[in-house]
Amino acid sequence: MSQKQPGRPKVQESPAQNVFSRSRIPLVIHLVILLFSAALGSYADDRNPLAGDAKAAKAGEYEFRINCALCHGLGARGGGRGPDLTRAVKKHTHSDGDMFQVISNGIPGTAMPSNGTNGQGVGMTDEEIWQIITYIRSQEVKAPARPMGNAARGKDLFYGDANCSLCHMIDGKGGRLGPELTSVGGSRTREAIIDSVRNPSRRLAWGLTEATKEFPQEYESVTVGTADGKEIKGVTLNEDNFSVQIMDSGEQIHSLEKDKLRSFRKSRESAMPKYGVDVLSDKDLEDIVAFLTSVGTK
Amino acid sequence: MSIPDGIAHQPRSGDRLRPTGCPEPAEGAQAVGQRQKARQPRRGERDNCVRAFALLCLLSTAPSVIHAQVTFERLLNSSKEPQNWMTYSGDYSGKRFSSLDQINTTNARAMVAKWVYQTGATGKLETTPLVVDGILYATAQDNRAFALDARTGRPIWMYQRQIPGDIRPCCGRVNRGLAILGDKVFLGTLDAHVIALDAKTGSVVWDVIAADYRTGHSFTVAPLAVKDLVVIGVSGGEYGVRGFIDAYDAATGERKWRFYTVPGPGEVGHDTWEGDSWKVGGAPAWNTGTYDPATNQIFWPTGNPAPSNRGEGRAGDNLYSNSLLALNAESGKMNWYFQFTKHDEHDWDATQVPVIIDAGGKHLIAQANRNGFFYVIDRTTGKLISANAYGKTTWSDAKDSEGRPVPNKNASPTQEGHTVCPGALGTTNFMAPTYDPQAGLFYVTARDQCDIFSTAPQPYEAGHAFYGSAYFPSEEAEPYRGFLKAIDPVTGQVKWKFEHTSPTWSGVLSTAGGLVFSGDAEGNFIAFDAASGKPLWHFQMGGAVYAAPMAFAVDGKEYVAIAAGSAIYAFGLP
Repeated sequence: MSQKQPGRPKVQESPAQNVFSRSRIPLVIHLVILLFSAALGSYADDRNPLAGDAKAAKAGEYEFRINCALCHGLGARGGGRGPDLTRAVKKHTHSDGDMFQVISNGIPGTAMPSNGTNGQGVGMTDEEIWQIITYIRSQEVKAPARPMGNAARGKDLFYGDANCSLCHMIDGKGGRLGPELTSVGGSRTREAIIDSVRNPSRRLAWGLTEATKEFPQEYESVTVGTADGKEIKGVTLNEDNFSVQIMDSGEQIHSLEKDKLRSFRKSRESAMPKYGVDVLSDKDLEDIVAFLTSVGTK
Repeated sequence: MSIPDGIAHQPRSGDRLRPTGCPEPAEGAQAVGQRQKARQPRRGERDNCVRAFALLCLLSTAPSVIHAQVTFERLLNSSKEPQNWMTYSGDYSGKRFSSLDQINTTNARAMVAKWVYQTGATGKLETTPLVVDGILYATAQDNRAFALDARTGRPIWMYQRQIPGDIRPCCGRVNRGLAILGDKVFLGTLDAHVIALDAKTGSVVWDVIAADYRTGHSFTVAPLAVKDLVVIGVSGGEYGVRGFIDAYDAATGERKWRFYTVPGPGEVGHDTWEGDSWKVGGAPAWNTGTYDPATNQIFWPTGNPAPSNRGEGRAGDNLYSNSLLALNAESGKMNWYFQFTKHDEHDWDATQVPVIIDAGGKHLIAQANRNGFFYVIDRTTGKLISANAYGKTTWSDAKDSEGRPVPNKNASPTQEGHTVCPGALGTTNFMAPTYDPQAGLFYVTARDQCDIFSTAPQPYEAGHAFYGSAYFPSEEAEPYRGFLKAIDPVTGQVKWKFEHTSPTWSGVLSTAGGLVFSGDAEGNFIAFDAASGKPLWHFQMGGAVYAAPMAFAVDGKEYVAIAAGSAIYAFGLP
């Protein structure tokens, strides 16, 4: 008896099948539609069968909360590690079909996983993925987000007077003490970038991620006193209960055993100076954001 | 929806597996146990398959009791053979305490790795090995089980049940271990089978289907052997299963009783569910319980009601979710229950090991609960004695007349999101605690983390995740903090705590050597001074710890073992 329960096979179904299998459309029509869909081939795969459906968007909002919001934030406006999806222009996806592929298969080389790979069962159904896409489309800003600043001037500032490149690298040029920023403009919102410049300690950037470790290392500031009386100041590259790996402000790496240190002080005050408007005007900052966005969305 | 019921026997045809690449045995070799061994076909083809012959060689050099059957009497009197670790928690009381003291506070600094066994599995390795008479038995992800020479880590047999591609584990394809009784070990699988393997060969002796995996039923728990029964609880609280605890005849696989953790129509407690919500009520039983021979009671804890994070549609206390159940071992009939979190909306499964403690002339059972409180209960009556917070909690500022913490009015998830501590992962979770009767302290892995709970209603659909709300790390800048805490069960106060670099999922072991062992998320295995919490020794294993340690001895030498990354490590003195 227990084996009679038909588990609805989900992953294998095509989007069209999936959606219609839940409806009350008579079988014949169902088949006709299926044949029609099959004849159109990729057309059927690229089209969101739920496009514009307000009810689907609502269901998609809830699915989004459960499956996506951890990284992309409530409301899809970006979070600690996922980009703002309310932008009309996205880096990896253009059509609904692209988006379906990205949600299904993930994005290699990024933190975006493929559906069903988080160890929590079989993942979302095709219909649920289309609901999420419908929801995301309903949240997009109407006009493409156009950078408000001047990217060329922002580049000059980044490598010049604003001193960003002393600690940050873009496309292989710049310093090493702070996070590498080549892709930050594509994965973080304008507001998040501005906030991290104006208030760098509010949320420390994430660094090294280990496969089996729950949390990535953060860019914490650290000051240690060594047994031979030296003081080392820098950021933590990694740390466990017994050892710490530090990069100092001269970009030297120190591997230290904690029980051999005379002192060990960590701080959640970022090593990055706080850029107030007196140091960096709103306009200058917009120009830098425009530069980061132009590089990050390439 | 129909809730699967009854069991279907699957007679011995199960996927009794060889290591990858081993050819199928000949048709006639489908027989069981010793016969199978006698008929090993086609030598050349099976040369690469790790099989039982090594055992024979091993036995000739092994000391004394090797090969005695693991009788119920031996399990009852496990304290008389501290060299062996014969149940998930080391004994029936759940203490996870070893009376071995060869490794102790004076020499722990000298510990070295003795062997490492790579399981080849990926994901979280949550197993606690068993050791009986020089043989170590353990499990790994994806329905793996194996036996190793406990001195060397060399495999004696390996088993893997082929896994369907569409299984529905909640939280990883994990398994926490085996039970042993007679000449068999017992495994619960991710596709909801209960399987008895011959302890010497790994051959399938019996294989029963407890439930339909496609509706979200699975087993991740280490079963508990009591008398002639194998007791096991189902997982699936994230899929709206109707939870149950089963007992199978260890000899035949015949199901002797099933206790549904959600009462059906006409049963006491049924009225704590709104409408038909009981049919998908959850209350899984996915962690190993304990057994009190004096009263012949099995104590088994239960998990969250379903949907896990939304109370709308299931008004009422939702018995027996998030409860401790006292069941008669023979009949499975309930003597009493205690519900820790009524009408839960934060996924606070009460599935932590309930530890039997005798203190101050009282017969107690203690649990460090996922909801952040440490509960001490009279195990004869089920009456609450004390409940004290042992981590950061914001959900309860008051207690009811029995002393049970009750939720604040504003603790429910909301549309815009509401922050509650602990978060959905809880102050602790599945990681096994330990009670050291010498120090009189209860040690548990704890975390301080708050989550934002935001409603996301979902309709029930068989085999689909059924949460009802979403949770995210709170926006507070404060990072999550992880601890090893020592709790005095008499006062409920935290006597010492050790703060880890980041929260860990490791369980804890205590030993008569005055030591407490645990692991961290960064891959260290650590020996602590049980009295002070000071780390005395550590070893970097190169993979995060999701398992609990255990101790054993072979040839008069003490070992401490733990799973980390994809491997099992054994440590000892040089």
